[in-house]
Amino acid sequence: MTNNPQNPRTYNDIPGTFVFDAQHSRKGYHLNMLMMSLIKPENREAMKADEEAYMDKFKLTEAQRRVIKNRDWNGMLEEGGNVYYTLKLAAADGTPYEAAYAAMSGTPRDVHRDMMLSGGRSPEGNMYLSDWENK
Amino acid sequence: MAYVSAGVATSHVPLAGAAIDKGMTEEEYFVPFFKGFEYSKKWIEKEKPDVIILVYNDHASAFSLEMIPTFALGCAEEFASADEGWGPRKVPVTKGHPKLAWHIAQSAILDEFDLTIVNKMDVDHGFTVPLSLMFGQPEDWPCPVIPLAVNVIQYPPPTGNRCYNLGRAIRKAVESYPEDLKVVVFGTGGMSHQLQGPRTGLVNQEFDKMFLDNFGPNPEKLVAIEHEKYLREAGSEGIELVMWLIMRGALNDDVTELHRHYHVPMSNTAFGHLILENGPKEI
Repeated sequence: MTNNPQNPRTYNDIPGTFVFDAQHSRKGYHLNMLMMSLIKPENREAMKADEEAYMDKFKLTEAQRRVIKNRDWNGMLEEGGNVYYTLKLAAADGTPYEAAYAAMSGTPRDVHRDMMLSGGRSPEGNMYLSDWENK
Repeated sequence: MAYVSAGVATSHVPLAGAAIDKGMTEEEYFVPFFKGFEYSKKWIEKEKPDVIILVYNDHASAFSLEMIPTFALGCAEEFASADEGWGPRKVPVTKGHPKLAWHIAQSAILDEFDLTIVNKMDVDHGFTVPLSLMFGQPEDWPCPVIPLAVNVIQYPPPTGNRCYNLGRAIRKAVESYPEDLKVVVFGTGGMSHQLQGPRTGLVNQEFDKMFLDNFGPNPEKLVAIEHEKYLREAGSEGIELVMWLIMRGALNDDVTELHRHYHVPMSNTAFGHLILENGPKEI
């Protein structure tokens, strides 16, 4: 019962999903604020010109710096990122969203596209962690 | 007196806006998708709303993690198109309707819905894509539009039930506004989709069909859906569907479904669209 505030985290057994809850948001605050800053063209330029120096302006952990540097889209989520924020880096890089989705999916871009064209990822076998553990 | 005449539900996928902006609507990928809006464009041209109230979510454009209002009502004179990382969409500056917006804010707050009042806010694809889908590429949007931004990014978003009841409070506010205005309410976002993580690309057509089938006749079934069910079955971003329920609450109990369009995929999502006309008001 997710809507029961006394027991709010039963959603943790949804596979392959980072629920952007309080814990996640606190962990990712600075990473997400860096992403947010990229809505300004001058900041996109500054990030492009010297990524290390730009990252210095935000209180990032070493792990957060690493996943940003590596454009590790799932890694950014693990480090507290939210996808609407991290996609701003994709936009700033000129990386199509589809390429970022495919990277998170762990498949080549055409495979991900074909999956979408054939109706998307089925909920069957993708709703519980146990579904994935038995794969 | 002002009144709500109809509701429009539509997903707000950025790719649909990009296709319009870049003149790609005739491409094979997009043809069946845009075909589903032919009726809608003709309908809204005839319907001629005086004001639109557009329920959407901001995607880290006007609001960041610095401030996360659950419900934010745009009361400004106008709203510019937001830069989401690749430059702002070239769409008209949206004229608001401050007088009605302030009236709704006052009425809803005294009705115990504590809206955040916003006097400066850029609007992103969540807001502009539905307008482009319904109106195409005019010089100016044909009527003022009041934005109502709902937090669906920071968990937890408001419940479906809360959204539905807010819709009712908005209807009450509109109906107590002294000028004769025809108001159409847009509920946007959804349908099933997940953008993030290894499960990205999830689409649940069965869930979406259930949602579309019940939306007009049995909204009470939908308002009872708990967050975890949305997350698990409709994908982490599918939870945006709570915003449709604000629109539904703003309509009468009896509605007529005039149009339905469902298309998979649009980018990484299942796209859904409904037009509901208000039936006679319950006594």
